[in-house]
This record gives sequence, structure tokens and C-alpha cells, in this order.
Amino acid sequence: MAQMTEQEILAGIGKIVNEITGVPASEVTPEKNFVDDLDIDSLSMVEIAVAAQDEFGVEIPDDQLKHLKTVKDVINFIQS
Amino acid sequence: MSTDQVRVVVTGLGATTPLGGDVASTWSALLAGRSGVRDLTTDWVDSVPVKFAAVAAVDPTEVLPRPEARRLDRAEQFALVAAREAWKDSGIEKVDPERLGVVVGSGIGGITTILAAYDTFKERGWQRLSPYTVPMLMPNGAAGWIGIEVGARAGVHATVSACATGAESIGYAIEMIRSGRADVVVAGGTEAAIHPLNIGSFSAMRAMSLRNDEPERASRPWDKNRDGFVLGEGSGIVVLESEEHARARGAHVYAVAAGVGYSADAHHIAQPEPTGAGVMLAMRRALQDARLAPEDIRHVNAHATSTPAGDVVETIAIKEVVGGHPLVTSTKSMTGHLLGGAGGIESVFTVLALQERVVPATINVDDLDDGVEVDIVRRDPRELPGGRIAAINNSFGFGGHDVAVAFTSV
Repeated sequence: MAQMTEQEILAGIGKIVNEITGVPASEVTPEKNFVDDLDIDSLSMVEIAVAAQDEFGVEIPDDQLKHLKTVKDVINFIQS
Repeated sequence: MSTDQVRVVVTGLGATTPLGGDVASTWSALLAGRSGVRDLTTDWVDSVPVKFAAVAAVDPTEVLPRPEARRLDRAEQFALVAAREAWKDSGIEKVDPERLGVVVGSGIGGITTILAAYDTFKERGWQRLSPYTVPMLMPNGAAGWIGIEVGARAGVHATVSACATGAESIGYAIEMIRSGRADVVVAGGTEAAIHPLNIGSFSAMRAMSLRNDEPERASRPWDKNRDGFVLGEGSGIVVLESEEHARARGAHVYAVAAGVGYSADAHHIAQPEPTGAGVMLAMRRALQDARLAPEDIRHVNAHATSTPAGDVVETIAIKEVVGGHPLVTSTKSMTGHLLGGAGGIESVFTVLALQERVVPATINVDDLDDGVEVDIVRRDPRELPGGRIAAINNSFGFGGHDVAVAFTSV
């Protein structure tokens, strides 16, 4: 798969977060912390991670997931 | 029992049923004698002998925001929709959370979640299971979600007694308020069991109507040609409140939740006890608990599910305990049988009958069965008298549970 741009990944994450939690995609910006800023609980984070794996074809192991605190962390993980 | 027992009143009603997505639309359909039973159009219908059911009139996923709906089992979705209506209807703006409780049960729980999740598990592995699978399948899930919604901290409970669940929940809620544990309790039942496994299993018991050519005529309690119950889905919820609490905030009071009677058949796991002894005991205890005389009871919303075994014996019990005078109806002729939701919606209907002074007719009773010696309301709704009157909602469940809830007019 061709390398996705940060903007494309951000749009994909915004769509997933909106689908799962109802938070508007426009609020899902790189600096946002999932727990503190977007009020997303740990169960929903699991759902988001599974959906992100499907969307971006990147496996996110549980021990990595807990380090992904912000939207930017997820973008970086997917790009790496 | 003390003579200054706390009186419990009904101050909020909510329902989502095969007849309508709320109380008002359901009630007007009942008075119009409309059936909520329809042909099933699902892809699995060929695998089961019954091709129809009383499907909810309004799909809860059309009402609930998508992120919320996806983490709720369908039974929880119905319960939350009905609870929100009841809560809004009660007009309660503020209540001490430690004085607020919930008692909402389901007969089967999140069975569609269990079955779908097992398919996901087998086909795609545990990693693909929703992290909400457990709270979706547990039978206390609806009570838990409603408790979070209203902020209930006095206790959140889920009684489970098959098709008596909704009535038992309301009984338990009455007792919660009387015993001083709460001032306000959200109570009722919910069910979402229209799934081929359930239809197949009930069919294996030979309990369901097979009137595939006339679905709307299939639920026909007390009719000679009844051949089984019709599966329905939905939820009915009431807000119960101590009279003191309700009066202090100037609430509209629909009726008094005057008392409850419980008994058990100790006879057969699924068949009704043939003399009606258990039903009589529950009704007598309800009268006692509500301090009502048999002649006070002017209406009975019967359990009558349209099965050959149960309908007539219930009327024998009604006649024995309260007499032949009450107006008796089975709203299941229109809603189908909501299992754990039945006692919830039927308590809502009983309360509305007392307030509106009218009893919906039982539809499809073309040829009244032998041995029915009570006054069954047929064809058209009938008026109830003015003044202070009382009514009973009967609910019975597999396991031999008998519950009678008594309400009085205000």
C-alpha cells in the first residue's frame, strides 16, 4: 500500500472515532488526548484500535495500544 | 403490616412496542384494535415453522444515536428508549441519587448478542469481539444502563422470572419504596428475542401459533381455535414514587401502585398448573397487600397468551378470587407476547385503563372457549366506572412464577 499522508490518516481516524463514540470527526485533531480531551474510555479505545487495524492494515498490539495517548501518537504508529 | 405503610404512586410511563414507538401511539392502536403482528421478512424465516412475529413498530436504532446503539443489545435499546420516555413523562428534575433505584429485567437477556458474538468468535477470533459483548449479553445490562442514565445509586436490580419478569420488577420496585430504600424507582421489563433459535426452541415446545396464513389473527386468547402464542418484542417502563415525594413536587399521578402478590406453582417447569391454584394465591396476596376487596377490582389485564393450556384456567382463577364482574382483556392479542417485557407494557396499559376509564378489547375472539365465565372485553373497548376503582395485571412465567400487581385509580 502506498504511504498515506498524515492528513489521510487523520481523516480515517476521525471517521472511526465518530462512528464508535459519536465525537464529531472535526474535533479529532492531532494534539487531542483520547481520554482527557475526547472522553473516550478504554473499551472504546479497543474498538477504535480494531477498526484502525482494518482501515490501515496495521496491527496494534495491546502493549502498544496503551502508549497511544493522543491522535498524533496513532498517526505516528501507523506511519512507522 | 403497619397501617401507615408508604403509598407508592405511578408518575411516569414509557413504552416501545409492536404497536408504536411510545405510550401514546401504542395506546391509541390498542383502542383501535390494531394488530402489531406481521410477516417476517428475514433471511432465516425458512428455517423455522413460524413465519411471523410482533416486531417493534419503531426500530430502536432509528431513535438512538449510532454510537450508543452499537454498544447496546436490542433488549437494552428498547429499555433505554422506554425508560427515557417514562423519566421525561414523570417530570422529575432533581432527585437525591441515593434515593433513586432501578428494577428492570428481561426474560432471556442479550440472546441475539450472544449468538452473533459466537458467530464472530468462531469465524474471526476473539480479537474481533466487541469489548461491549459482556455488558450487552448480561440480563442486568438494561437495568445498569438505565441506572447510569438517571444516576440511580439506591440500588439497581434485575429480576428474572421468564414472562413474569416485568411484573415482578414492578413488584420489587414497590417494595423498595415501601421499605424505605428509595423514593423513586424506574421499573419494568424488556425483551428482544425474535431470533430463529428462540422461535425454533419455542416451536420445539409446540408453544407457538402456526397460523402463517393469517398472522394478524394468530394471537387469539380465549378463542376456541387458538393454537399458541405470538412472539413480540419491546419494553414497558414505569416510574414509581412514594406518594409523599410525588405530592411534594406536584407530580401528575396516574394511579396508585397498591400492591403485589407473588406465588409459585411448584408443578411443572413450563406448563401451567391445571387448577389455577398458584394464580389464585398470587391474586389473593395482591388483594391483601393492596388492602382491596374482590369487588374493588373492576379490570384485569390478563396474562392470557393464546396458548391452549393457560388461558381458560386463568379466568377460572380470576372468577374464584375476584368474581365474574371485572372487565378482562388480553392486550397480547394485539402486541403479541413480549416475554420479560409483557408485565412492563401490560402494567402501563392497566394504569392507562384506570386513568382513561376504558379497557381495550381483546381482538380475534371469534368463538369464546368453553369454561370462560368472566367478562371478556371483545370487539370494542368498554368503559370503566368512575370513582375509586382498582385493577390487576397478571403475569406468569416458565418456572411456575405467578405475579399479580394491583393498581388503584386516583
